[in-house]
Amino acid sequence: MDPMQAIKATFFVECEEQLAELEAGLMAMESGTHDSETVNAVFRAVHSIKGGAGAFSLDELVRYAHVFETTLDALRAGRLPSAPATLQIMLRAADGLADLVRVARDGGTADAARIAALAAELAALINPGGPISGAALSVPEGDIDDLDFEPVSIAVAEAAPARSWKIRFKPHAELYAKGNEAALLLRELGRLGAMDVQLDSGNLPDLTELDPEGAYLSWNIVLTADCEASAIRDVFDFVEDECELEILDTAQAAPAPPQAEPAPEFDVMALIGKAQAASRQEQPPAPVAPVAVAPVPAAAPIIPPPASPEAQAGAESTVGATIRVDLDRVDRLIDLVGELVINEAMLYQRSIEAGMTRASAVGMALEELERLTHEIQDGVMAIRAQPVRSVFQRMPRLVRQVAAQTGKQVRLVTEGEATEVDKTVIERLADPLTHMIRNAIDHGLESPEGRIAAGKPVEGTVRLHALHRSGRIVIEVADDGAGINRARVRDKAVQNGLIAADAVLSDEETDNLIFLPGFSTADAVSELSGRGVGMDVVRRSVQALGGRIVITSRPGLGSTFTLSLPLTLAVLDGMVVTASGQTMIIPLGAILETLQPRANDMHALGTDLRLIRMRGSYVPLVDVGVALGFRSGPVEDDGVAVLVEGESGARSVLLVDAILGQRQVVIKSLEANYRAVPGIAGATVMGDGRVALILDVDVMVVQANSSTHAAPNGLLNSERTLAEVD
Amino acid sequence: MNDIKTADPAALELIAFRVGAQEFCVNIMAVCEIRGWTEATALPQAPRFVRGVINLRGAVLPIVDFAARIGLPSTEPTARHVVIVIQINHQQVGLLVDAVSDILTIHDDAIQATPDIASELVKEFVQGLLPIDGRMISLISLANVLQTEEVLAA
Repeated sequence: MDPMQAIKATFFVECEEQLAELEAGLMAMESGTHDSETVNAVFRAVHSIKGGAGAFSLDELVRYAHVFETTLDALRAGRLPSAPATLQIMLRAADGLADLVRVARDGGTADAARIAALAAELAALINPGGPISGAALSVPEGDIDDLDFEPVSIAVAEAAPARSWKIRFKPHAELYAKGNEAALLLRELGRLGAMDVQLDSGNLPDLTELDPEGAYLSWNIVLTADCEASAIRDVFDFVEDECELEILDTAQAAPAPPQAEPAPEFDVMALIGKAQAASRQEQPPAPVAPVAVAPVPAAAPIIPPPASPEAQAGAESTVGATIRVDLDRVDRLIDLVGELVINEAMLYQRSIEAGMTRASAVGMALEELERLTHEIQDGVMAIRAQPVRSVFQRMPRLVRQVAAQTGKQVRLVTEGEATEVDKTVIERLADPLTHMIRNAIDHGLESPEGRIAAGKPVEGTVRLHALHRSGRIVIEVADDGAGINRARVRDKAVQNGLIAADAVLSDEETDNLIFLPGFSTADAVSELSGRGVGMDVVRRSVQALGGRIVITSRPGLGSTFTLSLPLTLAVLDGMVVTASGQTMIIPLGAILETLQPRANDMHALGTDLRLIRMRGSYVPLVDVGVALGFRSGPVEDDGVAVLVEGESGARSVLLVDAILGQRQVVIKSLEANYRAVPGIAGATVMGDGRVALILDVDVMVVQANSSTHAAPNGLLNSERTLAEVD
Repeated sequence: MNDIKTADPAALELIAFRVGAQEFCVNIMAVCEIRGWTEATALPQAPRFVRGVINLRGAVLPIVDFAARIGLPSTEPTARHVVIVIQINHQQVGLLVDAVSDILTIHDDAIQATPDIASELVKEFVQGLLPIDGRMISLISLANVLQTEEVLAA
């Protein structure tokens, strides 16, 4: 990757963070749980994106971000009240900004009409009467400060009882190194009042001696504004450690003319400053903080740049001590630590074989080593872990949208946002959660009238709760709606041919019918008062993650979907079995039960098919050793049967020689150095250092079921109903 | 290693190994490491020459029995056998051989063409022949060792 691309990639990573901060901030403002720092953070987020985009000439992004920033600035200055309607527009605008960032990163084209409409909406917020065309977007970068829609009236300026400040601003190289821009600071300063800027380029060396990353320029500014020193200092809040800043009150000494001669070097800047100062002064003066800023003595001493504790605390909370690390490096580290754990176990084994006891000095040292390696392993795994907050944060917006579409009032309660789970799991969690929440509102909650009739509060509640439970992450989506209408679900299932009309199902079995692939049909969406839209899709994606999903429902009280997922995709809970002398892993998530089959329960059908009778139903039997070609035919019948269920819900029984135990295994790819093997999902390294294969249950089940033709869909109608009728 | 022979771009450094009574060699640049034999885990539906997979510091490494690959009887590996880990494109493969015998530095003029009478299987693997001290060492072309089509056809 060339350096420019690398920097650009970093920029986009940062954009994602800024966008998240933007949305979180806007949402905090919407819910009223914000302070002045929130507004600043929101403004900074958009501002940073704009700045970075400018560096990469992402013009479209810059223009949009600028409009956004201008509106946010009005909000920040208190000129625009943070009404719910305003924040709604802002949240939508944040969506548009995210889209533009993604377009800039991934290519493709943004929906220009939508972006223009959003920009127009933003512009209209601060200029209600003005022309709300998309014209704002076409203004080139050079003129952007003219985008301020305030009516500009220079004449008023003289009326203000302005104080005069003399400011000397000399940035250090670090200021630029941290991506700050002196011009932006000066522009910001210009917002306080009329300003006359003189460039002091006296320190500028010859071109040959010039360090391109050095800082040589300083500025002398005469600011005429009705403000306190603290307001001026606030402008330089984020850079005060990286510059020399002197602020002198010259009001009594020599009042500067309100309209100072524009410095020839910074003509434009001064004009902008004056124009903006004029426009500001039409506004009611910003409330001066009742801080005990002592009246500056007439001698006008230099106010030293204070190491303001608040400013530093603020900087810490926004920056946070994080580093960016390439994911590949972390994965490599995880691999190596896994290897370390295995080697440690082997060493221990060897020492026992060599006659060392646990109590011996070597044994005790090894025990210490074991503890250390496991701590290292936990620590390394934790590097990849991230709180589910990033996914949960997307949900309030979804709830608002769906609530608006369905005309229901919904309150979303989230708990356990800090619960951590592997990055890869987080990325693939959003879709199923979106689906489930949509479903909970659309089909779970009753209409407002229905709720009143049922004696419930009009506002429905959807609860999203994440927690750790026995080495897995559990996510619950609960609603306080009407619960599953089991009669309708049953009718629908019979109608779609999923169950026999006379099938006897428990409540739980009925509830779980909604996960069947054939259950969700187009007309079910509009007709069904229960649930069932695309829940099979949810279940499939959850199972693909090695998870399970269950539903519990109480009529009239609501339903709860419980997702249980592994904490990482790199680790799998497996049952260790042997087949034909080979050690193998069966993913625990696919196993329903294990049993000792009796010879008279197994029946041959045709030439090579065997079925096993389990509680009255016949399930195809797969001899793992034979299926994988390790032996040609069944040798003994005293194996162990493992009943497994594939992703489609089809079942079969895997016959293995013995079960050795359960353990968490680290998944390794076979394809990296070899190729995909049918029936094998991957490999892992066992405690003795040998490789064990992980069975692909899904493939085995599908093969078994397609060769039987006994259960075309492998669904309840072949098995469960037989079981119940029997 | 280039610094020794920078003057002679045609020079080659090779690792020679024995399989049965025959000697072969591969370009040293393709060799990642040489390790002792450890028991491999058999793979289902694998061709006869794939012994299975072993754990190479956390990565899963397929092992090709070189004798079986070139049509000789399969090796009965012992702890004295060695696995030469070679890099082929983006994949790493272990070659199970009897022993590593030599490191050779030769000039590519010394490579003689494989005789036409050789079988197809031999021609597929043998890039050329090297007469060294009265021995005959076959230079192996690695590209075909674990080629997917070959594997599937086998």
